[in-house]
Amino acid sequence: MAKGRVRFHTERCKACELCVHFCPRKILGVDMDTINLLGYHPVKVNLPENCNGCGICALMCPDLVIEVERD
Amino acid sequence: MKVVATRPQSLTNAKFHYCPGCTHGIIHRLIAECIDELDQRENSIGICPVGCAVLAYEYFNLDMLEAAHGRAPAIATGIKRILPDRCVFTYQGDGDLASIGMGEIVHASARGEKISVIFVNNTLYGMTGGQMAPTTLIGQVTTTSPYGRTVEQAGYPIKMAELLAQNEGSAYIARTAVNTPANVVKTKKAIKKALQTQMNNKGFSMVEILSTCPTNWGLNPIDALKWLEENMIPNYPLGEFKVKEE
Ligand SMILES: Cc1ncc(C[n+]2csc(CCOP(=O)(O)OP(=O)(O)O)c2C)c(N)n1
Ligand code: SF4
Ligand code: SF4
Ligand code: SF4
Repeated sequence: MAKGRVRFHTERCKACELCVHFCPRKILGVDMDTINLLGYHPVKVNLPENCNGCGICALMCPDLVIEVERD
Repeated sequence: MKVVATRPQSLTNAKFHYCPGCTHGIIHRLIAECIDELDQRENSIGICPVGCAVLAYEYFNLDMLEAAHGRAPAIATGIKRILPDRCVFTYQGDGDLASIGMGEIVHASARGEKISVIFVNNTLYGMTGGQMAPTTLIGQVTTTSPYGRTVEQAGYPIKMAELLAQNEGSAYIARTAVNTPANVVKTKKAIKKALQTQMNNKGFSMVEILSTCPTNWGLNPIDALKWLEENMIPNYPLGEFKVKEE
């Protein structure tokens, strides 16, 4: 079971990849199969079961895309 | 499950217009979180600059005003003197604060106005296309220093935190950066301390925050954070420069 849960408001994502870079579990990546209304490939969680709920992705996201919960 | 990160009450639901990876957005969120945590949302008045943050009044869920270029500290002074119980802050870029607004900021600090200034230093004029600012580093290429800034032509970068810390009226002056998670946490602490300095009537407070401009630096957002660390921090040391007790 994952200790944390992240939710992405993908319509706000600008694909800057700061969350991808700083996630200590390396579980985030851009979703090349999707384009949002802003014209970017938004980020998605590749391995949700590995999220520890640390909140670092949300701390570094400039566009308030990410909400994080932890057990 | 407990919530670790969510949108603060002191921000509206509007999407930021900033470029991808621009750290203006992180700084907006930190200010809003501090205002929420200090329970000042109903009591705060913010003054926006001219610069990329010119539309910040759309983003903060607070009473906000727009100032003429560089004049935010003068407007904040007027509001704070008439409504001394309000939490009044300005949000200013380095072109706004250290170039055209140099007179306003130095005198607001010297007078010890009980306002808090959030100063976003990204080494150039972002909004207008990346021109040289007083904070541009020696050798840095901008659209108006295409061969790099030279001392002969443009003198030395201005260190606003150190400069204002000398003023007796300054009660809290710090410089932080938003290039790493640890530094983002430190920046939030400094913003909160600046607001508390004002709420405790101690005097003028400012946090200078080293921020990125990936677009005008010509770097991707992650390389821009590295550029900040390698080039800005050695020239603009982080820390607290003035902490007035009592
Ligand atoms: C009186 C006046 N002079 C010049 C300008 C043009 N101008 C708009 S923004 C700006 C500088 C913005 O740079 P900065 O304050 O560093 O903010 P940034 O965009 O980098 O966040 C200038 C010179 C103006 N709008 N008004
Ligand atoms: S909460 Fe932590 S582990 Fe989970 S996605 Fe965000 S940075 Fe990665
Ligand atoms: S940090 Fe935010 S805007 Fe940037 S890629 Fe991640 S979710 Fe998208
Ligand atoms: S021009 Fe620079 S400072 Fe302005 S929004 Fe874009 S990256 Fe940010």
